[in-house]
Amino acid sequence: MKELSLNILDVAKNSVKAGAKNVEIAITETDDTLTISISDDGCGMTPEFLQNVTDPFCTTRTTRPVGLGIPLLKLEAEQTGGGLKISSRHISDHPDDHGTVTTAEFKKNHIDMTPLGDVCGSVITLIQGSPDIDFLFTHTGPGVSVRLDTKELREVLGDEVPLDNAEVLMWITENLKEQYAGA
Amino acid sequence: MKSLAELAAIREKMKNRVILREGQGDIRVVVGMATCGIAAGARPVLSAFVEGVANEGLSDKVTVTQTGCIGICQYEPVVEVFEAGKEKVTYVKMTADKAKEVIEKHLKGGSPVVEYTIGNNQ
Repeated sequence: MKELSLNILDVAKNSVKAGAKNVEIAITETDDTLTISISDDGCGMTPEFLQNVTDPFCTTRTTRPVGLGIPLLKLEAEQTGGGLKISSRHISDHPDDHGTVTTAEFKKNHIDMTPLGDVCGSVITLIQGSPDIDFLFTHTGPGVSVRLDTKELREVLGDEVPLDNAEVLMWITENLKEQYAGA
Repeated sequence: MKSLAELAAIREKMKNRVILREGQGDIRVVVGMATCGIAAGARPVLSAFVEGVANEGLSDKVTVTQTGCIGICQYEPVVEVFEAGKEKVTYVKMTADKAKEVIEKHLKGGSPVVEYTIGNNQ
């Protein structure tokens, strides 16, 4: 992937496919690390599936939606000296508390660091594609403090206006850009 | 700063329009957004369709949605256009610029941009 933001979009789509109602995307930076964490309350993965999830060739046809997304993210993290961790609680073992947390840590000053890219574009794309899911997006670190919670937007919009309404999407885009600009 | 008050204003504005949209939207634009599509550049293609459809006032007629892997990863970004009573049109190796052309000529003008369809790119 050319940008880590595209990995975020790709991996968060796994949460959507897992039937999540809430997806949390957190980017946390320090002076030398960048951590991407994607958590969801979807159906989760069985321990057997979890073991193989980073192996692109271990996916069977029914598990094909995982495919190359996770291996790519893992590669991009490891090539900077960072790494990938996934923990998951499958719905059959944890009926009331299931979901998946994917965390990728990057050493952001490493020469092989993939640029973060257009995170706003990915957040917008996720909301456009799944207007009924609640996304909480945060990006914090030195000089950055961005937060978007679709639950709060939904309260203002009520039931009549969906989050994938074009004007709403434009509002979100502008809002995120202004937050990044420090307005 | 984009305020929540502006968001509430959008809600007010939309109130009257929502009813009008029922039963319409006879063209469906579907963008492949699996790992293959995303890696090939589908995100800007999708935004071009979402923004273009809104800016051209086509929202009542056209809906833009995302889907998973369509199965022809080597042709990504792939965009399918479904229209009631017409054959599906599959656009391949799309870009944001090609998307703008498709909006203008196909979605507005009614004639598919044959040059970008899968039949012309094999």
